[in-house]
Amino acid sequence: MNKAGGARTFWALARESLPVAVLVVLVVVSSVLNKNFLTVQNVFNLLRQNSGTIVVSLGMLMVILTGGIDLSVGSVAAFASVLFSTLLDGREHDAWSLPAAFVFTAACSMGFGLVVGYLVAYRKMAAFVVTLASMTAARGVAYMISHAKTIPIANEWVNLFNKGSFHRIPYSVMLAFGVFVLVALVLRFTVYGRYVKAVGSNETAVRLSGVRTSLYVMSVYVVSTLLCTIGGIMESRTGVGDARVCQGLELDAIAACVIGGASLSGGRGTAINTLMGVLILGLIGNIMVLMKVAPYPQQVIKGVIIIVAVLLQGRGKSR
Amino acid sequence: MDDVYRVMMSGVKKSFAGVKALRGVDFRLRPGEIHALVGENGAGKSTLMKVLAGAHAMDAGEIRIDGKPVVIGTPRRGKDLGVGIVYQEFELADDLTIAENIFIDRLGKGGIIRWGKLYRDAAKVVRDLGFDLDVRAKVGDISVAYKQVVEIAKVLSANAKILILDEPTAVLTPQETEKLFATLRSLRDAGVSIVYISHRMDEVFSLCDSVTIMRDGEVTGGGRIADFTVDGMVELMIGRKLSTMYPRRDPVIGEEVLRLEGLSGGDFSGVSLTLHRGEILGLFGLVGSGRTEVVRAVFGADPMYGGTVWIDGQAARIGSPHQGVARGVALIPENRKEQGLVLDLPISHNISMTNMQSVSRWGVVSRVREEELSQRLSRLLTVKSDNLDNPADSLSGGNQQKVVIAKWLNTGAKVIIMDEPTRGVDVGAKAEIYGIINELAGRGVGILMISSELNEIIGMCDRVVVMDNGRTRGELSRDDMSEHSIMKLVVGG
Repeated sequence: MNKAGGARTFWALARESLPVAVLVVLVVVSSVLNKNFLTVQNVFNLLRQNSGTIVVSLGMLMVILTGGIDLSVGSVAAFASVLFSTLLDGREHDAWSLPAAFVFTAACSMGFGLVVGYLVAYRKMAAFVVTLASMTAARGVAYMISHAKTIPIANEWVNLFNKGSFHRIPYSVMLAFGVFVLVALVLRFTVYGRYVKAVGSNETAVRLSGVRTSLYVMSVYVVSTLLCTIGGIMESRTGVGDARVCQGLELDAIAACVIGGASLSGGRGTAINTLMGVLILGLIGNIMVLMKVAPYPQQVIKGVIIIVAVLLQGRGKSR
Repeated sequence: MDDVYRVMMSGVKKSFAGVKALRGVDFRLRPGEIHALVGENGAGKSTLMKVLAGAHAMDAGEIRIDGKPVVIGTPRRGKDLGVGIVYQEFELADDLTIAENIFIDRLGKGGIIRWGKLYRDAAKVVRDLGFDLDVRAKVGDISVAYKQVVEIAKVLSANAKILILDEPTAVLTPQETEKLFATLRSLRDAGVSIVYISHRMDEVFSLCDSVTIMRDGEVTGGGRIADFTVDGMVELMIGRKLSTMYPRRDPVIGEEVLRLEGLSGGDFSGVSLTLHRGEILGLFGLVGSGRTEVVRAVFGADPMYGGTVWIDGQAARIGSPHQGVARGVALIPENRKEQGLVLDLPISHNISMTNMQSVSRWGVVSRVREEELSQRLSRLLTVKSDNLDNPADSLSGGNQQKVVIAKWLNTGAKVIIMDEPTRGVDVGAKAEIYGIINELAGRGVGILMISSELNEIIGMCDRVVVMDNGRTRGELSRDDMSEHSIMKLVVGG
């Protein structure tokens, strides 16, 4: 009896840590394939390129844990990028101070999340449909603000944040890591995290326990858009706000969660494995660039890898 | 001599990951009989029948059908040998018609469906069962009872001569149950052998011809039903004397704690009743009488359109379960798997779900306090689990129900509403749950208990309110309660 229990937890643990193992294998393979791979420079570049995706994917994870989905993350990130750089831009009006610009941008983005969350949680609309609509709308607003032009970010602090580093560790990587730690702690140790996961497992039972489930469901969309704001600013690495950034980011974020073992029906998924999911995807891209694989085959290989990763987790055999 | 049996299972053994579910079971089934298979949850009844149907492969043993040794490794093979099984959870596609569901695995030859023939064949199968159903109706639109009929039709149309039913009446009203029994009897008379798994002793005695009793993966008794008494059978099931099913108690009834005045909602109107501290009030009605809807509205799970809820003499506006809990009302819902528990989460998390404020500070959960609380409550209710970190799914039905009750013990609820608290729970756990209910009432909690089992109402309640068709039909005190007097109120005497 005890032995059987031990074996079960062993396999559960093995499956839990599979994304970590896959990443390790990929790192080893990559460094064998290309000796330029395992250099401090390349690794930090890789992390810096993916820091926006990490932050956004963690928000996506929260949404997915409740059994929802957020297709609007790329558009909201682009909206944030454009609005933020416009506010800081002093060419046509007085430039806003950095904190004020950030707070205002975050508040506007979260406005999108609030509306989406309200419709999903209280009006019981399908998250897929609502966020499909807000995906289109947010991108449209981004184009309206920027008149489809790029807006140079005038603030030196932002550019320092995006380009600079401390002892070779890029600031944006530090922030992404900080967000990761925060989300991981929230999910693991707080009442909020507990309810978010429980709602995704069985909303009815949680509601009948006297928990205001709709409030929790709504909140994850707001959290997601807040993280999109940060992600959007990180994605303005080239020093300009641009309505065209983060195209397809929602797909990368969803893929990262799924590769990390999150269940799209909710209740299952962890921050660490989502982080692994982002890195696995990013690393595959990185190594293919180093190997000089042409862009289109790259997409095919990525698609195959996603399927293989999910297959390896033995989903569907879980009964 | 052996060929008088339709099925002979001998020395059947089956283990799951080291746990012995069947320890050498012998089972005999005659042609044209209804054979009860009884035992507590986890006794191995379902496992044994799944072996017979080919859903599980046995580790050791022999199976003969009509005297011939057979190997049944897959459900397909079981079907070919004439074994049909209807599981507790239906396996029907709601968006397809009755006819399509019945012939789901052989809709047409060469991939082409001949609709005319399909409907004619399906109609014949259903008619032969003694029912008159429109086979073009979608399964999602018909009642649970008729779904059961469709399941049986599906199995029988595949020429099953052995029909296995797992707790078929759990979701049926008494009338529907009677109809099902009539069907089963005529099937028996036509030579079909039926295995009937049930917890309900009255059904076993009124329907079945013979019985096999199981406990802990072994057969503890069996034979002609006529040779058994209820007590004798229960004793073989639980391995000890069941002193009294309904423990005695001396109710100390205090002040009024809950009063409903002219409550109306989606499926009910003009419902009034009062409940006192320390009292167990029964709410009896058939499925569809509106009783579940009433208590859900009181708890805030469903909207109410009119009337007043008084708690401790104060009018209370309860618009959501959150407000219900804040007012001191708790609901133990009718379906523990879907409404009572988050099955994937650990037992301890399920217990603490209603107690988060007491096991956390500044929004951070204290594992230590959570562990303490869930240990204490689950010990109080004798939840049988070696590890509270295991998912709630790992528990048997009775223990799951105890967890659902445990959730509310620390919340300071003044009113605990229980909707069918012992449904699908085995006899031993039932008695324990009755003990818990009495204990709660003894502590001054007002208990409002819904049940569709008359003897449960009569055995447990101090008073009963009878509902039918969305309205209260009357009220009986303990001294006036009898099956007859209660049913008389239902049918309107």
